Amino acid sequence: MLAYILRRTAYGVLVVLGVLFFLFALFFLVTKPDDIARKAIGDKAMPAVIAQWKKNHGYDRPLWPGPGHMKDNMLVEHYRRMLTFDFGRSDADDTVILDRIEKGAGPSLSLTLPEFVLGLLLGIGLSLFVAFFRETYIDRSAVVLSVLAMSVSSLLYIIGGQYLIGKELRWFPISGFDPSWAVRQRFLALPIVVGLAAGIGSSVRFYRTVFIEDIYKDYVRTARAKGAGELRIMTRHVLQNAMIPILTNVVTEIPFLLMGSLLLEASFGIPGLGSLTVDAITGNDFATLRTMVYIGSLFFVAGQILTDISYTIADPRVRLD
Amino acid sequence: MTEVLNSYLTSNLIVLSLLLGALGLWRAVAKNRLWSEALRSVYRRRPIAVWVCALYLAVGLSDSVAWVGGAQVGTDAVASHQAKTVLDRIFGDTKEKSYSAPFADAEFYAKSKLRHPGSHVLGTDILGRDVLFVTLKGVRIALLIGGLTSLISIPLALLMGVLAGFFGKYIDDGVFFVVSVLQSMPSILLLIALITALPKSTLSVCIALAVTSWVGFCRLARGETMKLRELDYVYAARALGVSEMRIIWRHILPNLTHLIVITFALTFSGLVLSEAVLAWLNIGVEGSWGQMIAQAKNELSRDPVVWWNLAAAATALFVLLLAINLIGDAIRDVLDPRTARERQ
Repeated sequence: MLAYILRRTAYGVLVVLGVLFFLFALFFLVTKPDDIARKAIGDKAMPAVIAQWKKNHGYDRPLWPGPGHMKDNMLVEHYRRMLTFDFGRSDADDTVILDRIEKGAGPSLSLTLPEFVLGLLLGIGLSLFVAFFRETYIDRSAVVLSVLAMSVSSLLYIIGGQYLIGKELRWFPISGFDPSWAVRQRFLALPIVVGLAAGIGSSVRFYRTVFIEDIYKDYVRTARAKGAGELRIMTRHVLQNAMIPILTNVVTEIPFLLMGSLLLEASFGIPGLGSLTVDAITGNDFATLRTMVYIGSLFFVAGQILTDISYTIADPRVRLD
Repeated sequence: MTEVLNSYLTSNLIVLSLLLGALGLWRAVAKNRLWSEALRSVYRRRPIAVWVCALYLAVGLSDSVAWVGGAQVGTDAVASHQAKTVLDRIFGDTKEKSYSAPFADAEFYAKSKLRHPGSHVLGTDILGRDVLFVTLKGVRIALLIGGLTSLISIPLALLMGVLAGFFGKYIDDGVFFVVSVLQSMPSILLLIALITALPKSTLSVCIALAVTSWVGFCRLARGETMKLRELDYVYAARALGVSEMRIIWRHILPNLTHLIVITFALTFSGLVLSEAVLAWLNIGVEGSWGQMIAQAKNELSRDPVVWWNLAAAATALFVLLLAINLIGDAIRDVLDPRTARERQ
C-alpha cells in the first residue's frame, strides 16, 4: 500500500508540474506580459512606465531558457515561485498574494464546512428515505422534484434567497460578514441555506441512483431472507456497500472546502478565497488567478490520494497495489 | 476572424449547412431500424419536452437567418443597412425610453406615455427594449453555447478517447496525462483562467467551456473502446486483415454512438448553466439569459420592484433546461441497456 501511495504521489507531482506548464502557456504565451501590464496600468501607458511595471513584477525576463539566461527566464522563475509558494504580489494592487490567501481561508472555511457537512447528511438521508420508498409516489415525486431543482440556475437560488429571506421576511441579513463568531453566524445562515438548496437536487439524484443500484443485489435478498428489518437493510447493508461511490464523490471535495465558494462568497460579501478570485477576475489580476488555479490543482491531487486511502478503510476487500 | 464570424452571411451559411446535416442525419436514422425505434420511443416518453425543444430550435433558427433591406419607415440610414434576422423583422421597432410593466400604457417610473402602449407582453427593460424580444434573442445564444461547445468538445473527446483506448501504450499515457492535468484544475477556475486569457468573444467562451468539458467524455470513450477492442468480432476483423482505421470506423465508432447522444443531451444543460454563472461573474456571452439575470438582480432592490426581466430570463432558461434534462434522461433510458435493467 505504501508503494502504491508513493507511486500515486509521484504521478500527482507530475500532474501538478503539467498544470504549471499549462498555466505558463495560458498566462505568458497566450497573454503576453505586455498585455498583462497594459491591463493593469492602462492601454495608453508610456512604454517606459510599462517597462518599469514589468520590471517591478518580474515580467521583464525572456520567456524561454536560452544561452546566457538558462536560469533567469520566465519559465524557470514561474516554476520556482509556484513550487516554493512564493507567489509574489498581485498584478492589480500589489498586495502580497500569500497573505491574502491566508486571510481568506478562514472565512471561506466557515461557509463551506457547515454547508458541506449539512449537505452531505441531508443528501444521503433524503436519498436513503427516497430509495426506501422506491417505486412509490414518494420516490417518483422526489425524482421529478430533483430534475426540476437541477434545471434552475444557481443564480436564481441566490437571488430568491436574498429577496425572500433577506428582504421580505428579514430573517437574516442580505449580505455581509463579521470576524466575531457570534455575529458571523447570522451572516452565514443565508448563504448556507442557499447553497444547500442549490445542491440538494443533484445530490439526491446521484445518491438515489447509487442506493437503488445496490438495493436489487443478491446480498439484500439474503439479508431480507434471514429476517433483517428494512431499516437495518438500508443503513447497515445498502449504505455500507454504497460507500465507494459516496467516498469518490465526497473525499475529493474536502480539500476544496478551503478554496471557498465563488458564487456564494461573491454574492453574499464574504471575504474568502472565492471573493479573492472574483476580485482577480474584475481586476485582471493574472498573478492571483494562476495562483488560485495552482492551489486548486494541488488540492485536487491531494483529494485523489485521500480518496484511494479512504477506499481501503471503507471496504476491506480493496487492496492498493 | 471575428468579423467573418459575426457577418450575417456566415451565419446564414452555418444555418444552411446545419439544416443539411440534420436532414442527412434524419435520413440515416430513418433507414436504421434500431435508431428510428429509439427515437420514436424517446418521443413517446416525453412528447411535450420534444416539442418544447423544437420550438426553441425554431426561435433560435429564426434569429440566425438574416438579410439586409426592407427597413421600416422612419428608421435612420444606418439601421436600414444592417442585416436583420427573421425575429428582428417580426418584432420590428419596439423600443421605448425606459422600464414599463407588462401590457402597460405608461412608463413604470416616469409615467409618461409609451410609444407602443399595451404591446409589450413582458414589459421593457432599463434601456426600453421589449423584454420578450430580448428573451427570444437569448434562445439563439443559449443554443449556440450548448451546440457550438458540444461541436468542439465531443469530436475532440471522441478522437482522443478512441485513439488512447484502441492503441494504448504511449498514446494512452499521453492522453491520460493531458486528461489528468485538465481534470486536476477546478473547472470553474480553469474556465475563468481561460476566458480571461483568451480574447473576449462568444467563441472564446465556447472554447473555454469545451476545454473544461471534453475530459469527462474522453475518459468514458477511452474506457468503452478498451472494452470493445477485446471483443471477438474485433479479433475476427483483425484476423481477416482489416486495417486498424477501418476497425475503428466500422466496429468501434458505431458502438459508441449511443454514448455520444447521451453525453450530448446530458451535458447540454450543464453548459448553459455554466454560462449563466460566468455571466454573473461578468465574463459571459453578450445577450445571454445569464447576463439578463445578473443585470436584473439589482432591479429587485428598486421600489416598486421591477420583476419581469428576471422572470422572463429565468423562465426561458428553466423551461429549456427542464425539457433537455427530461429528454436526456429519456434518451439514456432508451439507449443505455444498463439503466434499463436497473429500472425494472
